[in-house]
Amino acid sequence: MSTNEQYAVNKTSNGFVQFISSIIEFISGLICECGITVLFLFKSIKSVFQRPYRFQEVLKHIEFIGVQSLLIIALTSAFTGMAMSFQIYLGFKLVNATNLVGPTVGLGIMRELGPVLTGLIVAARAGGAMAARLGTMRVTEQIDALEVMGIDPVQYLVGPRVLAALISMPLLCGFFDFVAMSGSYLLCVHALGLDEGIFFDKIQLWLNPRDINEGLIKAAVFGLIFGAVCTYKGYNTTGGAKGVGESTNKGVVNSMVLIIAINFVMTNIIRFVNTLMGGTG
Amino acid sequence: MNAVELVDIKKSFDGGNEFILKGLDLKIPKGSLTVVIGYSGTGKSVMLKHILGLIRPTSGQVNVFGQDLWQMSNKEIMKLRTNIGVLFQHAALFDDQNVIQNVMFPLLEHMKGKKHKEYLEIASKKLIISGIEEKHFLKLPSELSGGMRKRVALARALALDPEILIYDEPTTGLDPILTEMVDDLIHETHMREEGRVTSIIVSHDLMAAFRIGQYIVMLDKGKVLHSGKPEDFLNSDIALVKKFVEKGTKKKYGI
Repeated sequence: MSTNEQYAVNKTSNGFVQFISSIIEFISGLICECGITVLFLFKSIKSVFQRPYRFQEVLKHIEFIGVQSLLIIALTSAFTGMAMSFQIYLGFKLVNATNLVGPTVGLGIMRELGPVLTGLIVAARAGGAMAARLGTMRVTEQIDALEVMGIDPVQYLVGPRVLAALISMPLLCGFFDFVAMSGSYLLCVHALGLDEGIFFDKIQLWLNPRDINEGLIKAAVFGLIFGAVCTYKGYNTTGGAKGVGESTNKGVVNSMVLIIAINFVMTNIIRFVNTLMGGTG
Repeated sequence: MNAVELVDIKKSFDGGNEFILKGLDLKIPKGSLTVVIGYSGTGKSVMLKHILGLIRPTSGQVNVFGQDLWQMSNKEIMKLRTNIGVLFQHAALFDDQNVIQNVMFPLLEHMKGKKHKEYLEIASKKLIISGIEEKHFLKLPSELSGGMRKRVALARALALDPEILIYDEPTTGLDPILTEMVDDLIHETHMREEGRVTSIIVSHDLMAAFRIGQYIVMLDKGKVLHSGKPEDFLNSDIALVKKFVEKGTKKKYGI
């Protein structure tokens, strides 16, 4: 082998090694980041149950995360319910099964779309705001000020936000389900002319309270996810205004990706558990 | 007795490759007004964070009121911090709370069992002695000038009557008139409770150090280069101290 050929081989193998090591570095970084975020989550949850209790702070954040998200959830869910019903109606009409539009929409909304869309919307709205607020407090030394006043910033700032997200999300998800199904009812019965009695009868026949619970459990988990990720990113902001922007962006994007990925995992786990318990899955 | 004593403090943030503090020894007598000066990047802020227990030294000992900070539990450190008031470089007021709420905040957290009116009275008193008029009490920090924000921050730092007051570059970014006003305020605050309160000021402003400081400490490369009374500082033979004095006075007065 000539020197040039040897050089080319070495260069290729070096490039390949660098490529592999960068992938390993990325994955190990990701695992490390996940681990630190989970520890941060545990620390914040633990702090909620330590004195002095911050119930007022929790209520304040429930108002921000929950109450102030109602309008956007109502609008999104109503249109989602109607659009989904219309598409399913068009499909089922081909096979003469329009009676099943109600339960199909119900299952889709309550098991999947309700918790996922609620999670994504609230992560973008409230999660982004939480990351930006904590990031700004960090870069303007307000968090340091709390610490030197003898106040645990995780207990005062993070714990109440995470707990509020955990409490608010199932409530918002339930609200999403209700408004989406109302939208579906209005479209199916009053616009597309389906029979009202059959619409409700089929929903009652095919939908199980377990389906609603599945969505609510998922929503609570998504609340924990965006609560932990966004507060972690905000709390550890560095680099001034640019850093606040970056941490907000990362907090929201990471939360959204995690919500979608964990939804898939949870769906499979719940199906598996249901099958074990003798259900149809 | 020393209010603060740093013994051979070494600090590295990268596992020992580079040290920010390289064996810093410092004693700050109780009741003194000490100004810590030095070029940028000499470890002044890192030193402050060590005194506050926000950073753990890689090696060495931090004693506050004779107690080794890192032999204390988290709870004890938190309690100790209520005896230390800090005025941050950019005031660090809580931007969602108005002036009076900012000053009441540490009181509500640490002085339990009082009526709301009593908290208001204490906070108002602290604000007035810091030079804030009552008409500003309900304003948000964003509605205040830089000098007023520092005054409010000082009132908040004084709220719990701490025995140590730390000022982190209190005059950075202020015009000469405001700088002098803040310096005078620090001096007045210290003199009002002379003997009880220990004031530590981290500053770049050499003239202010001469004007209000009882002791001057100069840091260089993570170590104490010089410490002593202002007159000792002026007569120092250390080249870097001489240079700092020369540059500091020239910059200030253009002489």
